[in-house]
Amino acid sequence: MNPVAAQAVNQQPLEPREHYLNAAYGLKSWLLTKDHKRIALLFLASITFFFFIGGLFALMIRLELLTPAGDLFTSANYNRLFTMHGVIMIFFFLIPSIPAVLGNFLVPMMIGARDLAFPRLNLLSWYLYTIGGLFTVIVIVTGGVDTGWTFYTPYSSTYSNSQVALTVVGVFITGFSSILTGLNFIVTIHKMRAPGLTWFRLPLFIWAHYSTSLIMVLGTPVVAIALVLVALERLLRIGIFDPRLGGDPILFQHLFWFYSHPAVYIMILPAMGVISEVITCFSHKRLFGYNFVAAAAVAIAVLGFLVWGHHMFVSGQSMYAGMVFSFLSFLVAVPSAIKVFNWTATLYKGNIVYSTPMLYAFGFIGLFTMGGLTGLFLATLGVNIHVHDTYFIIAHFHYIMVGGAVMAYLGGIHFWWPKISGKLYPEGWGRLAALIVFIGFNLTFFPQFIVGYLGMPRRYHAYPPEFQVLNVMSTAGATILGVGYLLPLVYLIWSMRYGKAAGSNPWGAKGLEWETSSPPPTENFPITPVVTEEAYNYAAEEAADG
Amino acid sequence: MFPFPTFPESASSISGRIDLLYLFLVGISMLMSVSIFLCILFFAIKYRRGSRADRSNIRHHSGTVELLWSGIPLLVFVFVFGWGASIFYDAFTAPDDALQVYVVGKQWMWKIQHPEGKREINQLHVPVGESVKLTLTSEDVIHDFFIPAFRVKRDVLPGRYTSLWFRAIKTGSFHLFCAQYCGTNHSAMIGSVVVMEPTDYQNWLAGGPPAESMAAAGAKLFERYNCNTCHRPGGRGPPLSQVFGSQVLLASGATVLADEAYLRESILNSTAQVTAGYQPIMPTFQGQISETGVLHLIAYLQSLGAGGKVQAQP
Repeated sequence: MNPVAAQAVNQQPLEPREHYLNAAYGLKSWLLTKDHKRIALLFLASITFFFFIGGLFALMIRLELLTPAGDLFTSANYNRLFTMHGVIMIFFFLIPSIPAVLGNFLVPMMIGARDLAFPRLNLLSWYLYTIGGLFTVIVIVTGGVDTGWTFYTPYSSTYSNSQVALTVVGVFITGFSSILTGLNFIVTIHKMRAPGLTWFRLPLFIWAHYSTSLIMVLGTPVVAIALVLVALERLLRIGIFDPRLGGDPILFQHLFWFYSHPAVYIMILPAMGVISEVITCFSHKRLFGYNFVAAAAVAIAVLGFLVWGHHMFVSGQSMYAGMVFSFLSFLVAVPSAIKVFNWTATLYKGNIVYSTPMLYAFGFIGLFTMGGLTGLFLATLGVNIHVHDTYFIIAHFHYIMVGGAVMAYLGGIHFWWPKISGKLYPEGWGRLAALIVFIGFNLTFFPQFIVGYLGMPRRYHAYPPEFQVLNVMSTAGATILGVGYLLPLVYLIWSMRYGKAAGSNPWGAKGLEWETSSPPPTENFPITPVVTEEAYNYAAEEAADG
Repeated sequence: MFPFPTFPESASSISGRIDLLYLFLVGISMLMSVSIFLCILFFAIKYRRGSRADRSNIRHHSGTVELLWSGIPLLVFVFVFGWGASIFYDAFTAPDDALQVYVVGKQWMWKIQHPEGKREINQLHVPVGESVKLTLTSEDVIHDFFIPAFRVKRDVLPGRYTSLWFRAIKTGSFHLFCAQYCGTNHSAMIGSVVVMEPTDYQNWLAGGPPAESMAAAGAKLFERYNCNTCHRPGGRGPPLSQVFGSQVLLASGATVLADEAYLRESILNSTAQVTAGYQPIMPTFQGQISETGVLHLIAYLQSLGAGGKVQAQP
């Protein structure tokens, strides 16, 4: 395996080398590229755009909630703000984030392949995402949508006077982007692994993406169908969900959550994959319990399909169905717990470096643990009755999705930035931003657990005055969090021009992606690598220090 | 200084039980997160790169350890599940002697009526120490009836009945929120629950302009829609005295409990579940009777006596 790396290191400083970034120039070379690395960057640009739009909406929500009275926006506009925030962050940022950017870039490189199995399909996936995104932008400028990102019927199908149909079409189209990415990953991981790279030698990032892809392919069609049915009922008055037309509103919730609960795992499984890579690299140690962590990813993907009813304990679903879904929800917590314990155990007797990605990984473990534990509160039937549809649940899923998925996404972007751009980011700024994000995040969302248990319902434009102190804390935290997110945008762009050259493997990490040069050549590997060892084989370093 | 509560008031028979389980979970969570946090901190310092800590005998897997840290949480989870399920069961099982109150939600208000006829909007008066069962329905979208101080919450659906019960243990006024997003003025669909001493409640119920009881209003509707043309002994429809709460034998051979939901369906979508021995000839009243009117009719049927025997045969 090493000759490739050695060759790359020797070549790099001497003269400009051809790599995927300078292989061709011009807009056309990007828009018609079939290179998975370039498509990853197209996704990076698009989802960053949507992340900051969604973030802007979040900031506006928090500003409105500074005071108990609804005084900054009208109720109609406030409802559009939180709906657009949810739709954009879920469908246009979180779901594609790690798979479409880091997964696209790294899945072929980690398994020693030249590209994904279907490069054209991969490009189509970005175009579908962009078309779906375009619909969403049109929705924003033509008045927005006010159904909540959950599109509950019959409000969405009959009563709402906003751009429901356009939004639903946008999400529907973007769903196909997700399906194609998942399909591509599954085929690639099955068929294109380098010689010697057996399933149990795969990096956990690959296991995570494989599990995620299964959910994308199996779950997305269901939400797509549900949303088409909403549009049909809305436009053609076909009675499916509205009882006045003979429909059943609970049916929509079943269809919606059958996808949207597993979708939570689409967001968190790849994040777990990133964390496994970062922790092993910066502990310079093989992951503790590799087989269990890999199996846990698959278990989460499978069990994740069986717990959708826990969103509906007080919805009018039967009491006994509630009990079954509650029990299954506790089961899905076990593999998540296994992962947290194994990451922590990996640190034991490691050689730990406090780099920026590692700080994000520490933050991830802490925040994901809190998000997971508060998930138990929600899975617990008696307690759920009280906290359902309050700020408690808002805090819970932001701990998982922002504290978990976004922290891991940022950690991953920093970790692989040298590989993607060929440049090092400024480490001091990186650590500072990670710290700001961690502090801002906790200040934003921890008070929401308390205000949620006090009984403040979600999606409230105005609220009773006794909730104000906690809401002010939350808004203050959101401001800090905003700064934490802007910093990386600035210094990462800065580093593309002014950063130090990274070399092929600045972290001393294991994994095939580190054996080729940075940025990698278009074909990734001049010679197809042959794998002879397990993942995370840091044995030499472990022994040297031991 | 601002009022700054950090824990909600506990004012129903079930709220203390939910709080106890909640605090138990808070305890477990603190134990877990603090131990993980301390482990990370300890390892991160002790095993920082370059430290002289002992790193001999590194193990990369251990079946025993994995079994322990998946098995022990699983046992705790099963325990918490059972605890939560027992509260849930009780929260869903109203006592038979509960006072009935009827709630109709619409964008964006709560219309409430007591069987005696007293109506109120966005306010619910109940006596302390007595079980109260709410029958809930919506005229438009899904709403949710949420009283934080009682730790009770239930979605309020169009086209069907849900129910919710509680026993208040404290007098006072408590928040009532709509917890399911229902459109523009969702956050204004709020009100209060006023818990009174039983004598005060009786006075309140008797006060104000004289109100027609829900059953009396239902009796009038029954006449206005000429229901008694068929629903009389020997008529083309089954007689309706003693039908409420009875087991009805259907034409399909199944039996069904004649509760609020069944009676509502039989009025609005009359041919869906026809009593055995009768023809499906009743016209539908969908769109002709309001949700409040249907509740009145049901109250009237209830006033005809609750049955226990199987109703069949003309």
